[in-house]
Amino acid sequence: MKKPTPLVDELEKGPWPSFVKEIKKSADGPMASDLLSVLERSYDDKIGHWKHGGLVGVKGYGAGVIGRYNDLAGEFPDAAEFHTIRINPPAGWFYTSDVLRQLCDIWERHGSGLTNFHGATGDAVFLGAKTVELEPLFDELLAAGFDLGGSGSALRTPSCCCGKARCEWACFDTMAVTRELTHVYQDEMHRPAFPYKFKIKASGCPNDCVGAIARSDLSIIGTWRDDIQIDKTGLAKYVAEGKPNIQRDVVERCPTRCMRFAKGQLDIDNDECVRCMHCINALPNALAPGKDRGAMLLVGGKAPILGGALLSSLLVPFIKLEPPYEDIKELLVAIWDLWSEHGKNRERVGEFIQRIGLANFLEQIGLDPQPEMVAHPRTNPYIALHEDKP
Amino acid sequence: MSDVTVEAVADAMYAMVKECHGKRQLKAIDLTKAMAERFGDACDKPLGKEAIRLLIEDERCTYSYIGGSYIVLTPEK
Ligand code: SF4
Ligand code: SF4
Repeated sequence: MKKPTPLVDELEKGPWPSFVKEIKKSADGPMASDLLSVLERSYDDKIGHWKHGGLVGVKGYGAGVIGRYNDLAGEFPDAAEFHTIRINPPAGWFYTSDVLRQLCDIWERHGSGLTNFHGATGDAVFLGAKTVELEPLFDELLAAGFDLGGSGSALRTPSCCCGKARCEWACFDTMAVTRELTHVYQDEMHRPAFPYKFKIKASGCPNDCVGAIARSDLSIIGTWRDDIQIDKTGLAKYVAEGKPNIQRDVVERCPTRCMRFAKGQLDIDNDECVRCMHCINALPNALAPGKDRGAMLLVGGKAPILGGALLSSLLVPFIKLEPPYEDIKELLVAIWDLWSEHGKNRERVGEFIQRIGLANFLEQIGLDPQPEMVAHPRTNPYIALHEDKP
Repeated sequence: MSDVTVEAVADAMYAMVKECHGKRQLKAIDLTKAMAERFGDACDKPLGKEAIRLLIEDERCTYSYIGGSYIVLTPEK
């Protein structure tokens, strides 16, 4: 470390992981050292010293590099430019250790060596590049088979859970859909043309391990149409062990109370099941999603960066999701066309829908309203009646 | 329908970016909408996209991020 950082060092205390500890492992390099010194100054001055944005990137792309500059460049020259690079990861975040070493070697040649695997966007993130290093870094990444991810008012790098690669609950091939959408929409990802960011995340089942429903503009979440599968042998084992307490911990916690447990038998009224996954998670050796699997599509989620947080709303209750995924592509293009035409600057799709109304939105993108789209019933008795057209 | 080349659209876009420089920030959609008005049906969205790509790749314009992604003149080196 070039300078002492007593305030920042406080964050190394305690049993929990510390980003300071991790950055210090790289602080024999001047960039990481200046990075911590800028942070120390921010704690002293009680203001942030970072600016972001501007004209920085690689040739031909308008996304993937986020410009970061500190306003104390004279004092901390090695962190004067500290750009963030987003790298599109393999779907499901699978790497071989050789590839990870290769990425790290590339990064040590061109930047601070600090990484974030993975950022909230799902990208592999390299933290701290100087402007002059961007093109050579990009060339090496391309040669290694990697490309930049999305940033700014663009399609963000689609991401997904590991799906069928590792998880028996996966109701569709999350990695295949994500890979396909990533390849088809390269232009939307690298050349920002939307009112604001647009995120696509795919979870293989309603456990939603990638947190799609709370963060993405289009959530693709696995579900099934038929009955939950019950393995009687597996169920008998749970009953014999008495763990979990099936009545108390499973049946009584079913959100729609659609299960009955008596004399060692479990009955599920599947018409009332909302596919919440609770019983399947609690009895994984006895229950499984049905066999007629696919996905539901939801729209409009976002984290609270501008305005408040929004959870996604259901748009398509069930879709089989089979290659080449034309139905989802058609829907995406319809949404993008409408939102690009009428969305305000920095208005996410969810906010756009709230502004124009779900009914208008559905009409414009050519979807019929469905009962599943109702988030909660009205509490007042007002009913709008329209005369049937002859 | 008259034929409009991608180069002609890119040139018209470039003129617009130049004219708005320092006065108004332009997003990709502003440019494609303006071109659709100017060239009519002959300039559809894919052609508009292609023209923007050309502008960026020949480095007449670049993307900037200032609370949103905009298309601006490439600063002189
Ligand atoms: S979201 Fe479902 S399918 Fe995907 S990893 Fe989690 S539990 Fe498995
Ligand atoms: S998945 Fe959820 S709603 Fe369906 S039966 Fe199990 S606990 Fe009940």
